[in-house]
Amino acid sequence: MQLTERHREYWRKNVRLTAILLAIWFVVTFVVSFYARELNAITMFGWPLGFYMGAQGSLIVYVVIIFYYARYMNNLDIEYGVAEEDK
Amino acid sequence: MATQTQSQFKQQLKKYYSVYTGGFIGFVILLAIAEQMGMTPKWIGYSFLFATIGLYAVIGIMSRTADVAEYYVAGRRVPAFFNGMATGADWMSAASFIGMAGGLYIQGYDGLAFIMGWTGGYVLVAVFLAPYLRKFGQFTIPDFLGERYGGNIVRSVGVFAAILCSFTYVVAQIYGVGLITSRFTGLEFQIGVFVGLAGILVCSFLGGMRAVTWTQVAQYVILIIAYMIPVVWLSVKHFNFPVPQLVYGHALEKVTEREKVLTVDPKEIEVRTIFKDRAAAAEAKLKDPATAYAADKAATEKKLADIKMNKQATPEAVAAAEKSVASYPKDVDEAKKQWTKDKGLAARAAPPRPHAEAFPGKDEAAKNTARLNFLALILCLMVGTAALPHILMRYYTTPSVKEARDSVGWSLFFIFLLYFTAPALAVLAKYDVYHFLVGSSFANLPAWAANWAKVDPTLLSIVDINGDGIVQLAEIVLGQDIIVLATPEIAGLPYVISALVAAGGLAAALSTADGLLLTIANALSHDVYYKMLDPHASTKRRLAIAKGLLLVVAVIAAFVTSLKPGDILFLVGAAFSLAASSFFPALVLGIFWKRCNKWGAITGMVAGLGICMYYMYMTYPFFGVKAPLWFGINPISAGIFGIPIGFAVMVVVSLLTKAPDKKIQELIEHVRYPHLKGTAARAH
Repeated sequence: MQLTERHREYWRKNVRLTAILLAIWFVVTFVVSFYARELNAITMFGWPLGFYMGAQGSLIVYVVIIFYYARYMNNLDIEYGVAEEDK
Repeated sequence: MATQTQSQFKQQLKKYYSVYTGGFIGFVILLAIAEQMGMTPKWIGYSFLFATIGLYAVIGIMSRTADVAEYYVAGRRVPAFFNGMATGADWMSAASFIGMAGGLYIQGYDGLAFIMGWTGGYVLVAVFLAPYLRKFGQFTIPDFLGERYGGNIVRSVGVFAAILCSFTYVVAQIYGVGLITSRFTGLEFQIGVFVGLAGILVCSFLGGMRAVTWTQVAQYVILIIAYMIPVVWLSVKHFNFPVPQLVYGHALEKVTEREKVLTVDPKEIEVRTIFKDRAAAAEAKLKDPATAYAADKAATEKKLADIKMNKQATPEAVAAAEKSVASYPKDVDEAKKQWTKDKGLAARAAPPRPHAEAFPGKDEAAKNTARLNFLALILCLMVGTAALPHILMRYYTTPSVKEARDSVGWSLFFIFLLYFTAPALAVLAKYDVYHFLVGSSFANLPAWAANWAKVDPTLLSIVDINGDGIVQLAEIVLGQDIIVLATPEIAGLPYVISALVAAGGLAAALSTADGLLLTIANALSHDVYYKMLDPHASTKRRLAIAKGLLLVVAVIAAFVTSLKPGDILFLVGAAFSLAASSFFPALVLGIFWKRCNKWGAITGMVAGLGICMYYMYMTYPFFGVKAPLWFGINPISAGIFGIPIGFAVMVVVSLLTKAPDKKIQELIEHVRYPHLKGTAARAH
């Protein structure tokens, strides 16, 4: 079948969200780790910040990214009428 | 069953697994009481081993099936939450469970590459792969490649890559199974391997993916309970607070202070100087081994002769001198080995490595190389996560695209529980060692240290190098695995918890091995046999072939493991780089770039995999070539070259050859939308 403009818009929105979330993922993973030495100069509750981001901070961000993506996309499916029918 | 709705099924699962979890906790309590009443550690170990394997066998037998969809993808009705748990167990291997906290203990900040790499990859799974693979809805990963790019060549390359990375990985798992079984029951390693193999086969043989899924959920419950109890207890012991993840910052502060003290402590320096001198002496001898060997030998023999001449020498002194002559290396080669080992003592001459310091190195260049390797390793582990077929396969099993998305969230959540805790465990264990083991007297070591040093010197060895009767940090050598294994004792818990930890490690190794073996056997039975050799095979025949192959692959894997090949950690790391270089570009471009075609995929996969294998072969010491490193990148991160080259070749070759035909364009649209009204429904 021919895709409608609305279908294309759905896909564009999906790709845009994917790009934004990946940018966050990239910054939290690689940029923060790259500057870990500098960040370690800051200490919070006993943790040097660079260490904390590697050990826990980044993990929390990953979990949030994935659940956010799932929620957003599940709603987008309904909005654009491409959601699966309930079985 | 047929009339049952999905939500009823979910309710039922919740009930079953709640009862099961309660039952398991009851079982542990029962054994704890039995221990107080005098049950011996050996029998507690056996009870755990047989009870848990028996349990997996019961689930495996209950899940037996003769239906193809049930066998390959658990009937596609695994709810997101439970698929998350199963993926967690599938994912966390013996290396995660037993090795990781120890790795963090030893490497400090640098070990965090594994923590981030093995969790952040799920972001890629979530946004690039899981929902689309679910919509595609076939049975294996080579299946997707075969359909998307068309033709048996792509499928074959996929099968080859799937088997290559899964097999290297499964060998590491079976090794872990053998190690745990033998340590906690006293069976021999080789026998342990085959006992473990039986444990793996009872789960998967009769019910394929369906049995593996429900066993993995059960295994997840055991492994997470086993991991948490000792850490929580340790945290209560030191900080009176049961959430170690929130309070270990305080412990880290104390560890850092202690590191500074131990770095300048005169007794510590004394021990380190002894190591430095020994290493230097060995290095000098290695420069001219033949002369040094002759001189040393003459000196040892002369000493014996002198003592024998000396009438006042005690019999003990004579015996000692005789012993040193007898144990003197037989030839120059043997002496060289000994000296090379002694030269390695230089590592122990270094002051303690600051736990939280990122990328330590002797100068700026070394620090930058350390950082580059850290980032490269993270990337390889993440992309590898998003390319390992045994993980991706799990997202075929959810009822819908929506649940596949949720399921990635639950997967990472359940993995997160353990990975979030491991750094805390490492720091708390270090706190204990630095404060209580260091400075204790050899005559009166903490009980756990004394026990483990006796059991296995590769895990813990403490030798009074400077002869002052007090333990210095530099005198302790810890094996990676001891941190998790000994934590129950460090925390002062009864033996039953140690056995529980072993059962948890076993669950972690078995569940991963299950998923991997199934991946290999399915690639052979579904992709090679059914899709390529005999597309008209009956269902019965297909399942018979699948089960037969599972058995054959399992026995081969166990056989290879019993030969104890190479470095296990390297095997695991290699699997990630291999998967990342071969699958990731082809899968992602296959979904996101319609123009990508068959020839691009084939050449890209071969190029990525080829460059990755080439680099490992050239640089990993095991293969003996020892070529210079490219940009200082370690062989374990070979994927850093394989991934971009795979992408580049795929794009260039695709653009140079014909665009994919209309049918494939439609398939891509089909996978991009969870539900497209009016498209020809594909067989599910």
